[in-house]
Amino acid sequence: MTGEMLDARAGLPARADGREAGGDEAPRTGDPGVTPRASTAFRAALESGAFTVTAEIGPPRGADAGAIGRKVAPLRDWVAAVNITDNQGASVRLANWAGSLAAMAAGVEPIMQMTCRDRNRIALQSDLLGASALGIPNILVMTGDHPRFGDHASAKPVFDLDSVQLLWTARTMRDEGKLLSGRKLNPPPSWFLGAVENPSAPPADFRAARLGKKVAAGAQFVQTQYVFDAAAFAGWMAQVRDLGLHERCHVLAGVGPIASLRALAHLEQGVPGVQVPAEVSRRLRGVPEARVADEGVAICAETIAELTQVPGLAGVHVMAVGAEHRIPVILRQAGLAPMLVPGGPGHAG
Amino acid sequence: MLKPMDSSTPGGLRAARARPAAAPAASPATSPRPVSPRAPARSMYLLHHLLEPNAGYRRLAAWLEARPRLRRLFTAAEKGVKQEIFGCRMCGQCTLPSTGYACPMTCPKQLRNGPCGGVGADGCCEVYPEMRCVWLEAVERAESQGRPGDLLRLQLPIDHRLWGQSSWIRYWQGRDEDLWTDAARSGTRQ
Repeated sequence: MTGEMLDARAGLPARADGREAGGDEAPRTGDPGVTPRASTAFRAALESGAFTVTAEIGPPRGADAGAIGRKVAPLRDWVAAVNITDNQGASVRLANWAGSLAAMAAGVEPIMQMTCRDRNRIALQSDLLGASALGIPNILVMTGDHPRFGDHASAKPVFDLDSVQLLWTARTMRDEGKLLSGRKLNPPPSWFLGAVENPSAPPADFRAARLGKKVAAGAQFVQTQYVFDAAAFAGWMAQVRDLGLHERCHVLAGVGPIASLRALAHLEQGVPGVQVPAEVSRRLRGVPEARVADEGVAICAETIAELTQVPGLAGVHVMAVGAEHRIPVILRQAGLAPMLVPGGPGHAG
Repeated sequence: MLKPMDSSTPGGLRAARARPAAAPAASPATSPRPVSPRAPARSMYLLHHLLEPNAGYRRLAAWLEARPRLRRLFTAAEKGVKQEIFGCRMCGQCTLPSTGYACPMTCPKQLRNGPCGGVGADGCCEVYPEMRCVWLEAVERAESQGRPGDLLRLQLPIDHRLWGQSSWIRYWQGRDEDLWTDAARSGTRQ
């Protein structure tokens, strides 16, 4: 495990199948002067201008790190990185950092999600340091679902910091080597920092400006909530371009296949901030039940194909939790080729 | 965000996530309810001019602070007024002038930097669907008074030691000045 972690820290994920990812490992020392900046496949893909794909991985409800490896292995050639969620939906799962290490061990770069729901500023900063020390190269900061929606509705919600404050805190830790308290970090951490945004939630005219606030606070990339209406999303992207944000922050649109009528009903009624257009609903309800999953895949692939035409968009983030195995099919149908991630698993070795 | 469609979950799609039909009362300490301000934004901005710090207010604040019984009385009066109009919870670090005079501490997630991604299509709060998102109020009120730029300020993390204290006494003595900053400016709050 240690060797794999070290390889991944240098941005050269070790292959689970034993093939060498190659490259020299620069040992990290206690001297802040030689702390390497995170140089990662995900960041490199975005900076190369390639249409970049990431996927969402929900850790298991159980003490099984192998579940992560089994989910990410089929995606290795298709995605630049995988998001490892942080107790998504406010339901207890294997920890985000542990899931991230498991993804690295399986040869896929993780984007560790961090919510503000369960930790105060002491625990947040501590976990951020831990992530950097173990070589987790990307952090995605968000507020997090309220515990009311989860499996422990009786829990105390923390929300000591909000997502903008946490982004700003993380950037200050990295760029100034200081904690919120002002105490120095030795050595300072390094990660590629991301945020989330929901372009379709009210107040519609404020959403691009709110992304601007996150970019100012430190967001280098952003992944959005589900996009089902590519035309409406393009309208939001136009506002993002008007503010010049796409040049300072890589924007990935969130997409996902609706796998069943039950999933459709859940999205329509149970997921705050998500709106399923009538056309999508009509198409899914218009096919025999056995074909709903395929239709969901087709709709998702069409959405991705449309999104590839949106100016300024850096890529897509595919959320197919529970159906990760369908992601390569979706991407192929959307006309995308496997990711050739510079230095990454796509063409390593 | 990034709500998964978890069809693999036994028992299906995390039924617990479905919006509760009628939200049960929650502890005000942990899950505040959004409050639509009971006073027009315009009159609040006008009132603000009357309350702006000056030498007189500064002396009054210092005088009150040195007298615990009077300070408690003054704090109770501040609480009474602000609770009635804004649903104030006495965080002691009042940011109302920069949020269109809608209190972000009544957001169930206590977000001080803008709305979360869970606002319903009709503008409802994701935690209390029968109530309106307080940040929608804030954005509308600030924009209606030509102050949308206020919402782009970075609201810094609050000091939890100040709960229950008078924000006006702090404000008049100039101790509120590190509540927000330009979002692009990096730095630490000492």
